[in-house]
Amino acid sequence: MSVLIYTEFSEGKFKKVALELASYAKKVAESLGTTVTAVTVNAGDVSELGKYGVDKVLKVSDSKLDKFNARAYADVVKQAAQKEGAKVVILSSTTDSLYLAPIAAVGLDAGYASNVVALPVSTSPFQVKRNAFSNKGFNITELSSDVKVIALAKNSFGLAEASGAAAAEDFAVTLNDADFNIQIQSQEKASGKVSIADAEIVVSGGRGLKGPENWGMIEELAEVLGAATACSKPVSDLDWRPHSEHVGQTGKPVASNLYIAVGISGAIQHIAGINASKVKVVINTDPEAPFFKVADYGVVGDAFQVVPELIKKLKEFKAHNN
Amino acid sequence: MKILVCISHVPDTTAKINFTNGDTEFDTNGVQFVINPNDEFGLTRAIWFKEKQGAHVTVVNVGGPETEATIRKALAIGADEAIRVNANPADGFFVAKQLAEVVKAGNYDVVICGKESLDYNGGMVPGMLAALLNYNFVNSCVGVEIEGTKATLVREIDGGKETLNADLPLVIGGQKGIVEEKDLRIPNMRGIMTARTKALNVMEAVSADVKTKAVKFEKPAPKSAVKLISPDNLDELINLLHNEAKVI
Repeated sequence: MSVLIYTEFSEGKFKKVALELASYAKKVAESLGTTVTAVTVNAGDVSELGKYGVDKVLKVSDSKLDKFNARAYADVVKQAAQKEGAKVVILSSTTDSLYLAPIAAVGLDAGYASNVVALPVSTSPFQVKRNAFSNKGFNITELSSDVKVIALAKNSFGLAEASGAAAAEDFAVTLNDADFNIQIQSQEKASGKVSIADAEIVVSGGRGLKGPENWGMIEELAEVLGAATACSKPVSDLDWRPHSEHVGQTGKPVASNLYIAVGISGAIQHIAGINASKVKVVINTDPEAPFFKVADYGVVGDAFQVVPELIKKLKEFKAHNN
Repeated sequence: MKILVCISHVPDTTAKINFTNGDTEFDTNGVQFVINPNDEFGLTRAIWFKEKQGAHVTVVNVGGPETEATIRKALAIGADEAIRVNANPADGFFVAKQLAEVVKAGNYDVVICGKESLDYNGGMVPGMLAALLNYNFVNSCVGVEIEGTKATLVREIDGGKETLNADLPLVIGGQKGIVEEKDLRIPNMRGIMTARTKALNVMEAVSADVKTKAVKFEKPAPKSAVKLISPDNLDELINLLHNEAKVI
């Protein structure tokens, strides 16, 4: 009856969201008087999970699962949950985990709550608090099914060390041919750049920058901070920046620790998409820009003066602190 | 080719979010309702298939009579006919079960849903629907081409894109990118006039489990005012980000 989690392993290690997931699951398991079991797919050394309270690891190894496949991976999660008699299954909010989650929920006849932002409000009845209304509200959702699947919202629970044995055992799953009906033809990934999905800091530019030729300082600021670059919808629509950089309600969601908005006025749709970021800094010449109402820190000034100066001072700060 | 476009009736983005009845319900007073933005991209793509490949497009919504104005907008945009399943969309699983009945009854080749609705942000209906039907499913879909019974789709992945091949029948969880924002269809006068004559059939719901329930709503804690830093004092901004906010 352990709590079952699917921990994503990529490029030789567990993703940070997987370790945050383990930290969260450990607390949930403790409140349920049980342990945490993680299921992994084609992972290498899984011992790191023990640092975050995972007691058992079901290791699935299958070359058919080399590339992510939602239906097959959902089947893996379902079989692992059934083996453990798990009543609570917790997933990350990565693109792949959110893709498999509803499929796994149907397979387990489970209620599913996504965007969960905190430890359960209560375990009996099982109630969780989740983001709703595009980060403008929360709802407390009760899951009344026997098995419950929840997805932990990005950046909502930090790493918490706890001791766990992470006892690994090989876990053989039964996969159907039908699980592989969808084939990957090709993948295109921007290499070397921090993706918006994984970034702890995002530097974003808007129409106030006046043209694509002025983005050098945004890229440089991002580089100094080890950040991802992003842009507002008008900038993306004008093709000043790749559409993949568009963040906002119909663009990518941002849940980073820090979001720096340069020359962005703060339309409601933009704010809805970036509202899950923890700290917001707004740089804009217009003191009436709506973005200042939701910002934590603001600089009213000309971006073309402020950003280069900020880059210079950050470089000094980094040199001094390292 | 028969396409079913599933649409949600949601509050407009600029709507003030308030709760009523002891914070157990969303307050719809004064709220404008629209087609869920993620669904609109899929709907426009379906109309493209209608115009270029002779597809027949049906829209479906699970909701009470109050959603019919929103459904008519979809007809005005160009869908051929509409279905309203007469039930409150109790939770994602319940909605997926209703839609599964509609798909089976109509034998659709392609079902296009929005990946996530901007009211409850569940992001589960397309995946659950596909699982209930045992149909191929592509989520976070930013592109779809169909030839005969074969589809080529583009999925947005963390840090890039993936191109996939899948046979019909298919469920898609769509978003911006499936068409570009500038290509979104809006209802024109003729569309609005003909929408009135197109069929909007009301179907009764089938009984289905409701596995989750929102028992209470909360508004976020009020935000404290922004701390303004002078452009001449950026050292202070760095100091605050490092020592106070601890994000650098």
